[in-house]
Amino acid sequence: MNLAALLSADLPYWVQSLLRVVGGLVAVLLPAGTIVYLFLFKMMSFMQSRLGPMEAGPQGSMQLFAEVGKWLQKEDIYPARADKFIFKLAPLIVLASTFLLVVVVPFGPDALFTDFETGVFYALAVSSVSVLGILIAGWSSANKYSLLGGLRAAGQLIAYELPMVLAVVGVVIQAGTMNLQQIVVAQNGGSMFGFSSLGNPYVITQFVGFIVFMIAVQAELTQTPFDMPIAESELVSGYMTEYSGFRFLIFFIGEFATAGVFSMIASILFLGGWAVPFSWFGWTTIDSIDNWMNIVGPLILFTKMIVIVFFIMWIRFSYPRFREDQLQKFAWKVLIPVSLANIMVTAILKVAF
Amino acid sequence: MFASEVLVAQNIGFAILATIMVIGALRVVTTSNVVHAALWLVVVLAGAAAQYILLAAEFVAITQVLVYIGAVMVLFLFGTMLTRARIGAESDLNNKNWFFGIPVALALFVAMAIALDSGFGSQKMPADAAVATTQEISDQIFGPYLLPFWALSFVLLAAVVGAIVLARRD
Repeated sequence: MNLAALLSADLPYWVQSLLRVVGGLVAVLLPAGTIVYLFLFKMMSFMQSRLGPMEAGPQGSMQLFAEVGKWLQKEDIYPARADKFIFKLAPLIVLASTFLLVVVVPFGPDALFTDFETGVFYALAVSSVSVLGILIAGWSSANKYSLLGGLRAAGQLIAYELPMVLAVVGVVIQAGTMNLQQIVVAQNGGSMFGFSSLGNPYVITQFVGFIVFMIAVQAELTQTPFDMPIAESELVSGYMTEYSGFRFLIFFIGEFATAGVFSMIASILFLGGWAVPFSWFGWTTIDSIDNWMNIVGPLILFTKMIVIVFFIMWIRFSYPRFREDQLQKFAWKVLIPVSLANIMVTAILKVAF
Repeated sequence: MFASEVLVAQNIGFAILATIMVIGALRVVTTSNVVHAALWLVVVLAGAAAQYILLAAEFVAITQVLVYIGAVMVLFLFGTMLTRARIGAESDLNNKNWFFGIPVALALFVAMAIALDSGFGSQKMPADAAVATTQEISDQIFGPYLLPFWALSFVLLAAVVGAIVLARRD
């Protein structure tokens, strides 16, 4: 039985559920592992004129497994005065928000977990749940540095969620839908001035929105220059100070898995997602797309994700961090007015054309 | 014939969610720690979002998560953690007039029950009710309900301006 038949066959409910769970795990853990090895280990080392991990496996490619093994073996420590239940709960909330986020990401014409009508809105809503986990992680550690880190994180994530939502509104207005799959179709089935061989990727028409969105993503992921919540020269390690062993591992996976998922969403919203321009193969609607796109689509999306994460990490390794007041001013006085102007211009052009 | 009229799975789902919400709501007022109370409130609000999903109102459910869990509760926790949030039990959370809350809660419950009963009576939601799309909701808001929407926007604007006026020190 070939794969196309397998995909279209009516599978029993438990097989479908199992496939979805496995697919979700792969979609969260594979990008996280790739990002950590490729960028955090190798690219950062290259930019700092050192080799990075070289011992475990060829070019240190097995280093990730060594690290995970090390973390899993560590003793489960928590501070004596910590609120133990909440201390243990907090990293799980952060990771759960990542898993909820990946649910709406489409990987191909049929390769998706759910075809959610309000996909973008859902993604923005569940990504805000992770703030709760970070906040209670900082509080329950019974540590002043942790609490300060948690409060900084909450202030920062709330401030940068607004420009993020507003930047997405431009895309939603142009596509006329909040369904991520429909946004992909609208970009690749579209044309610019009758010239359809590139489709109509919104990174061109929504360039301002794209820049605002990427800055907001950088801040939401608390990557430098927006890493005040874990600023090591001021707050030890912020809300993560008291975490070690596998609880730290969960935070760590959550951070880089969220980077991967946000980059996937950015590439869906602005770079055309899993698809190639439909005119290349004479496709017109989503139903006419060949079945092999279910295999190639995820690879295209993965490539675009890697490119976007490359820029996020490049900025992370290159710039010093902002001051707390600069950060807030930048969000409220620059990004939000710019994205509001972007919405107005987009709406006017949408009505005009 | 009887079973086809009763939505078994939905009713079981409703019962589970309702139980969680009631337990959560009781723990909000009985727990001895402010942050724990706020987190139980998160459980209640998430349960409400799940109930909206059960009623096929996904837009309202997502709004509930975005606004209440992602923003309001985070600000709640932010505020309490900045001012007073000790770890462990606190003894001074209840003041001695706490029992006045019970008749108020009961009166509110009775008022809402009467309003719902006189509004819908024995009317039933059809089992195959069409899901209201987001587009329909926005058509309603920006069509027949435009004036109330504007009024609400001005109320919020006034609240924002008022907050800034109160917070400024110059």
